[in-house]
Amino acid sequence: MPSLPDMGTPDVMALARAAADAQPHHDDPHVADPHLADVALRPAFFDWLCRMGDNALILGHRLSEWCGHGPALEEDIAIANTALDLIGHAQLWLGLAAEVEGQGRTADDLAFLRDTLRFRNVKLVELPNGDMAVTLVRQFLFDAWAFGMLRGLTASTSPRVAGIAAKALKEVSYHLERSSDLVVRLGDGTDESHARMQDALDRLWPYAGELFAADAVDDAVAAAGIAPALSDLKPDWQRTVDEVLAEATLTRPEVRFDVHLGGKQGRHTEHLGFILAPMQFLQRAYPGASW
Amino acid sequence: MYAQMVKSEGTAAAEMSPEERAFQDRIDRGEKIEPRDWMPDGYRKTLVRQMGQHAHSEIVGQLPEGNWITRAPTLERKAILLAKVQDEAGHGLYLYSAAETLGISRDELFDRLHSGAMKYSSIFNYPTLTWADMGAVGWLVDGAAIMNQVPLQRTSYGPYARAMVRICKEESFHQRQGYAIMMKMAQGMPEQKEMAQDALNRFWGPALMMFGPSDKDSVHSAQSMAWRIKMNTNDELRQKFVDETVPQAEYLGLTVPDETCIWNAGRGHYDFAEPDWEEFFEVLKGNGPCNAERLEARRTAWDRGAWFRDGLNAYAEKSAARRAAAAVAAE
Amino acid sequence: MTRKEWPLWEVFIRGQHGLNHRHVGSLHAPDAEMAINNARDVYTRRKEGVSIWVVRSVDIAASSPSEKGPLFDPAESKVYRHPTFYDIPDEVGHM
Repeated sequence: MPSLPDMGTPDVMALARAAADAQPHHDDPHVADPHLADVALRPAFFDWLCRMGDNALILGHRLSEWCGHGPALEEDIAIANTALDLIGHAQLWLGLAAEVEGQGRTADDLAFLRDTLRFRNVKLVELPNGDMAVTLVRQFLFDAWAFGMLRGLTASTSPRVAGIAAKALKEVSYHLERSSDLVVRLGDGTDESHARMQDALDRLWPYAGELFAADAVDDAVAAAGIAPALSDLKPDWQRTVDEVLAEATLTRPEVRFDVHLGGKQGRHTEHLGFILAPMQFLQRAYPGASW
Repeated sequence: MYAQMVKSEGTAAAEMSPEERAFQDRIDRGEKIEPRDWMPDGYRKTLVRQMGQHAHSEIVGQLPEGNWITRAPTLERKAILLAKVQDEAGHGLYLYSAAETLGISRDELFDRLHSGAMKYSSIFNYPTLTWADMGAVGWLVDGAAIMNQVPLQRTSYGPYARAMVRICKEESFHQRQGYAIMMKMAQGMPEQKEMAQDALNRFWGPALMMFGPSDKDSVHSAQSMAWRIKMNTNDELRQKFVDETVPQAEYLGLTVPDETCIWNAGRGHYDFAEPDWEEFFEVLKGNGPCNAERLEARRTAWDRGAWFRDGLNAYAEKSAARRAAAAVAAE
Repeated sequence: MTRKEWPLWEVFIRGQHGLNHRHVGSLHAPDAEMAINNARDVYTRRKEGVSIWVVRSVDIAASSPSEKGPLFDPAESKVYRHPTFYDIPDEVGHM
């Protein structure tokens, strides 16, 4: 007798199929990937996968804070779509990271049970949402990088990495299209929207360089052919950014863009702790519980 | 329900004009009324109130659940909850659009929400205190909403009916995800089970109130039912909700917080106690636990978004002017 | 603050290759390009479409209800245009 009520939906099966299609296509774990057995590479590979996963997770988390508070219903929905895509990417990258690590941890363990020192995202993505100008400029600077990175990763010597990248690239292409379009429109909108966008750009610019600051981890995965060298991504990023800013009538700041580094090595801003506290609260308060 | 105590403005059958008579005949034949069709002023006004209230409930309803998106305990739960709350924004959008076909703008409806002139469902003035509340809201609140929304797919106003079809289709996963959370909690650690029972205790009464006070003798309700913009009485829907929900609670091993709630074989229904209607009217008046926060959050989002909306308008105008100038230059 | 509302757009989506675009609803957007982007985000959240059309709601010319008779009555007499006009024996199977 106890049963879930009929929802009055005639085509539940069609919906379920559509929902299943919409789920992240998990990269096929049966594909042979020589890098997974490479013990010497393991620490760098794991760290690098955490960087990819944490960037997506923390930015997705930030965007999800807008849900219900957006400036227009249409924008509220669009931001949530981007957030959902990024959370999906985080599941895939962190899932592979856990597999590479080989310690029996899961993507959820990595997301909810690491402390700030173990998070590997760049500082840019953990900065507070501020107004829509900060949110959009942050998104644009990141999208332009992620697009180049993922495009490079589709040619990775790791089939697993290439598989995730191919899926994520489709979504990130749209994110970039959307964020650059909005940067142009608001930069060239009213005096107020222009001023807010310029302020946001001035404020965020010194954080953008971390995306290209290579260290031993980046060098190791690049040498193994897993990921492109960060320096190779820079010219395209510069060109995209310059084109969009010009069309947006915004001025690229004169200051250095690589002032705030360290997030990738676990040295974060104050803000990350305030993200992790609520995010990890349930997993920390009820260890081992099933949700 | 999402639309509670909507005042209806109609004409008694004996005083109907020929147009009103013909209009009522169309509805009685099961025809859909479309935006450009003639309709009595009262029908239009009542629908604006009802659909507006329904739309407001969807977007204010984002807030209590939105509270927990950043605290969801797993990546999958986070994605599911975000998708659900996003759907609610979509449902608000569909309903505002449907209301706009009656000649009122969305901004005007927002103004009426922000000024307090229009209401939203009382249920969203209750706080979400633990993760189990995400289960209880999906299971009970969406469950109660579905009771009302499924029949509204057959309502007389075409745009409203079509919006409801789309909404019902999308809502099919909402109640289930809530119940799935409740199952995990009820079968989990003692602390989780305690949270689940506590959530049921807190949301049971407010969920029953969602259907509104008994309206079996209400003139407004009779008029709305004649117009087929209300399909069932509040009491019918409430009973149906209780009959479906009590066995679901039993399956979870949870207890409905009502000692008088027992199966009545004679009636073929569960008996149950009326919720606290005094509390209901207080919440409607603005004295619920979260009325101030909810309205404040909506107003703040709207005000903070003004420069964004204006900026995009300005760009659209500029680029249209540039295109027009380029077209002239090309000639 | 100008307080000018984004205009209303009607959204049409082709759900699958080979089908007609179908009206799915409306939304607000400052111009056509954004209306298409918004439509993608609002109306294809479950991957429901392959092609999107948008048109300003004010640009839609509609038959008015009083014309309903003359516009639609002639078609009603052409019942042979409807498949149910033809009796096909059950043995023939689905057609």
